[in-house]
Amino acid sequence: MWVFFVFDRRLIENFDWGLMLITCLIGMVGLCVLYSAVNAGEPGGPMHLLFQKQMIWIAGSFAIVLLSLSIPYKLFDRGSFVAYIICVGLLVAVLLFGKYVAGSRRWLALGPLTMQPSELMKLSLIFVLASAYSGIISESGLAFKYLIKPALLLFFPFILIILQPDLGTALLLLFIATSMTLFVKVKRSVFFSCLIVAISAVPLAWMFVLKEYQKGRVLTFLDPDRDPLGSGYHIIQSKIAIGSGMLSGKGFLKGTQNALAFLPEHHTDFILSVLAEEWGLIGCCVLLFLYFMLLLWGLNIAYCCRDMFGSILAFGITIMIFWQIFINVGMVMGLMPVVGVPLPLISYGGSSVVTNMIGIGVLLNISMRRFVVV
Amino acid sequence: MKNPDREWLKKRLMNAAIIILAAFSLLLLRFVYLQIVEGDEYRRLSENNCIRLQSVPAPRGMIYDRNGTLLVDNIPSFDLKMVLQDAEPVDETIGKLAEFTEIALEELMERVDAGKKVSIYKPVVLKKNITRDQLAVVEAHGFDLPGVRVEIEPMRNYIYKKSAAHLIGYLGEVNSQEIENNIYPDVKSGDSIGRYGAERAFEHILHGKRGGKQIEVDASGRLVRVINTVEPIPGKNIFLTIDATLQQKTESIMEGQTGAVVAIDPSNGDVLAMVSSPSFDLNDFIGGISSEKWKALMSDPGKPMSNKAIQGEYPPASTYKIVTSIAALEEGASDIHTTYFCPGYYKYGNRTYRCWKKWGHGRVNIVSALEKSCDVYFYRSGEALGVDTLAKYANGCGLGKLTHIELANERSGLIPTAAWKKRRFGSSWQGGETLSIAIGQGFNLVTPLQMAMFIAAVGNNGTIYRPKILKFTQDYNGSLESRLETKNEILGGLPASKQTLKLVKEGLLNVVESEGGTAKRIRIEGIDIAGKTGTAQVFSLKKSDRDSNRKFDRHLRDHAWFVCYAPAQNPVIAVSVIIEHGEHGSTAAAPVASEVLRTWLQIKGMLPGVKGKTM
Repeated sequence: MWVFFVFDRRLIENFDWGLMLITCLIGMVGLCVLYSAVNAGEPGGPMHLLFQKQMIWIAGSFAIVLLSLSIPYKLFDRGSFVAYIICVGLLVAVLLFGKYVAGSRRWLALGPLTMQPSELMKLSLIFVLASAYSGIISESGLAFKYLIKPALLLFFPFILIILQPDLGTALLLLFIATSMTLFVKVKRSVFFSCLIVAISAVPLAWMFVLKEYQKGRVLTFLDPDRDPLGSGYHIIQSKIAIGSGMLSGKGFLKGTQNALAFLPEHHTDFILSVLAEEWGLIGCCVLLFLYFMLLLWGLNIAYCCRDMFGSILAFGITIMIFWQIFINVGMVMGLMPVVGVPLPLISYGGSSVVTNMIGIGVLLNISMRRFVVV
Repeated sequence: MKNPDREWLKKRLMNAAIIILAAFSLLLLRFVYLQIVEGDEYRRLSENNCIRLQSVPAPRGMIYDRNGTLLVDNIPSFDLKMVLQDAEPVDETIGKLAEFTEIALEELMERVDAGKKVSIYKPVVLKKNITRDQLAVVEAHGFDLPGVRVEIEPMRNYIYKKSAAHLIGYLGEVNSQEIENNIYPDVKSGDSIGRYGAERAFEHILHGKRGGKQIEVDASGRLVRVINTVEPIPGKNIFLTIDATLQQKTESIMEGQTGAVVAIDPSNGDVLAMVSSPSFDLNDFIGGISSEKWKALMSDPGKPMSNKAIQGEYPPASTYKIVTSIAALEEGASDIHTTYFCPGYYKYGNRTYRCWKKWGHGRVNIVSALEKSCDVYFYRSGEALGVDTLAKYANGCGLGKLTHIELANERSGLIPTAAWKKRRFGSSWQGGETLSIAIGQGFNLVTPLQMAMFIAAVGNNGTIYRPKILKFTQDYNGSLESRLETKNEILGGLPASKQTLKLVKEGLLNVVESEGGTAKRIRIEGIDIAGKTGTAQVFSLKKSDRDSNRKFDRHLRDHAWFVCYAPAQNPVIAVSVIIEHGEHGSTAAAPVASEVLRTWLQIKGMLPGVKGKTM
């Protein structure tokens, strides 16, 4: 592989094999579960098209990751704003020319490929926020005036994604940006005043801004039981699938809920219910453990990194993966509203795979340069 | 400001790690709760795959006439359904079902095969509207028929069958393309939507919102318990502008005739009656019309499926002289003092244009020309005006364009101009053609509804309304009834001054009320009627040919027109009548119109000496 020859010897020596191993393990679990999800009810049949596509996505993004390791992540600091502008441009393009699927515009067709710019937006927001905060971070916490720029950086993509409408991804952006801001620390007074404004804005918007039908949607969003024929039905089927797995599961390819296609999204957003049904509590614990190791590893990379940009970037990517896991797992177990957030490295979907693999790639990049003095 | 050091960073990352650990512990606890604590219950539920969704249909809104007479309601239809998953072994169950119900096995299998492609967990409709006997036998053998159930779905019931069929319209099953394009919200495959008439036009009002139930079933598909219910929202009721009594009376008059009658309230554009004859039975369309009946309807020479009131395009004949009069008076080509001598013909170029009265009307002015329908007067007016000026006034009177009634497939008719002929035929307009146009023959085409709206506008002194078929909608919110009245819409005014209208209306009044009028036979005691007859040539044959032919071939006979309003001073009704091949406006169409007027005036209690019902 010629790629490795352009590296400094020390970079290769410092390659983070641990992170690589965890990622590969999660990816293998994902492929196993996906195989079961797409071959439901017809074991022994030919390899499913979706499964093949997912393998291609994983292999392709793996190659991109390896190539990208040759670029020092410092360059991302300068390039982050350009990437941000391009992503905002793509979001505008989605609203204008996007493919209309099931009531919202999320997809952009580029030749034979379709992509979801809101996925890439997550990464570029993390980059641009890391770049912005690395220059102003201080131990005493940030004053209000320093928060205006990050708030604007969040505002534009947030609104554009809300308009698609894709509330799940928009809230994910909000969570990521808020987590990163709290991580770099704001002044206590700023924190509490923002909290009060946010808390008081909600009832005001509820009373004066939202129309009756919008309120209904929000209520259904918060409480799926209000819609027992739609998302409420998915939740109950998902809970049956998970619960029926019990301690050791029904076995690989033996899930009945899965096979009966009660869940319309069982290979994407609800894939965890397939895993839980077939592998039981033991399988779920293994997956949670792998994820937890991945996140700790990410935080450790943030600690080992010598410069502020790298640390904040590593934290941002780790927290992005965390929120996706938390929201998705909470959703399929009926702890959270049903929003379209995929399970990282497990759910089927090209855009999601590419985004998370690039994220892992950036973590590897930061990790292997931890001893490089600039 | 102090730049953060590594200790600071470590502290913050530790905090983050603790939060993540807490979040993961919460998720783990939830897994333990679902899989260990409640695991047995969920395992049981999953083994029977027993949570199903059941759709609860929303009744469609009722249709009433303007007084609240029920025209269309819903009756229960017992639909035979089957969930394939629960019906195992399917072949055996279907065989038994065919035996018990005496429904052809092939018919059932066809439905089952179609259902297999959709989902084996969703009920497949095997047969709609089964008989009481079939219902009884299915209920009695319930144990032998796993997965089979009978569901009650509301079904349309058209109380007066053929009455106002074109206006009320019928339903048809939604097709897969419409579902794909999401044209109708809340409509699922197998549902019916309005396909014709008011059922189609007011689909969005009449159609309710489906409800549903989350149910638990046992291994053979029988209900164990209802987990959750969403109540259906019934469609809203609509009240049409028609009066059922007037509509049915008009239909009985038109029985056996081919043609159309439109009655309008000139003060607001309400359609009081709309008859297109022959008609068809709306009940034939429930659950899909049989192909024999459809073929019979399509091959009927009277074209029962076409609503002639809005789709029939006929030459306006002498009724068009009202337009020519308005144009001539407005353009100054005529006034009350202008007179022409009618010797029974008019020579134009090297052709002779005949008046309908062989020996002529003598000297006529605008009022007596309308009264006697003198062709020569209008030949000369048309000659003075030219085709394009006439067309401008015709368009101003609402002809040659849509009336925008809320019914689909309305035709706009045709008002020719010189430019139109050039475009259509590539030849230039001939002066002689203008003469034909001026008396309503030639290329002119109008619909009965256009003429009704026009004569109503003359009667109300110049306001052209948009014809209205929906009086109000009714909504029950709990026990509260709310009515939403539709607004009257004014499309414009006639291109005629007060003075012009006064003269035209005088002429129209004389048509019925003066001794020389063409429709004097239809008078109603104590009520002044104003109107205009018309006799539209179907084929322009030489007079000698026509006289000999039409005795033998009904289809060569002329169409008969009559348009009118009453009472002349302050009209409450305007009527337009066309009788296909009825020959003379005065003998075939005018008596029909008179009967319609009489009926309405009686209903309104305005007929002298007769006590009507109060409104």
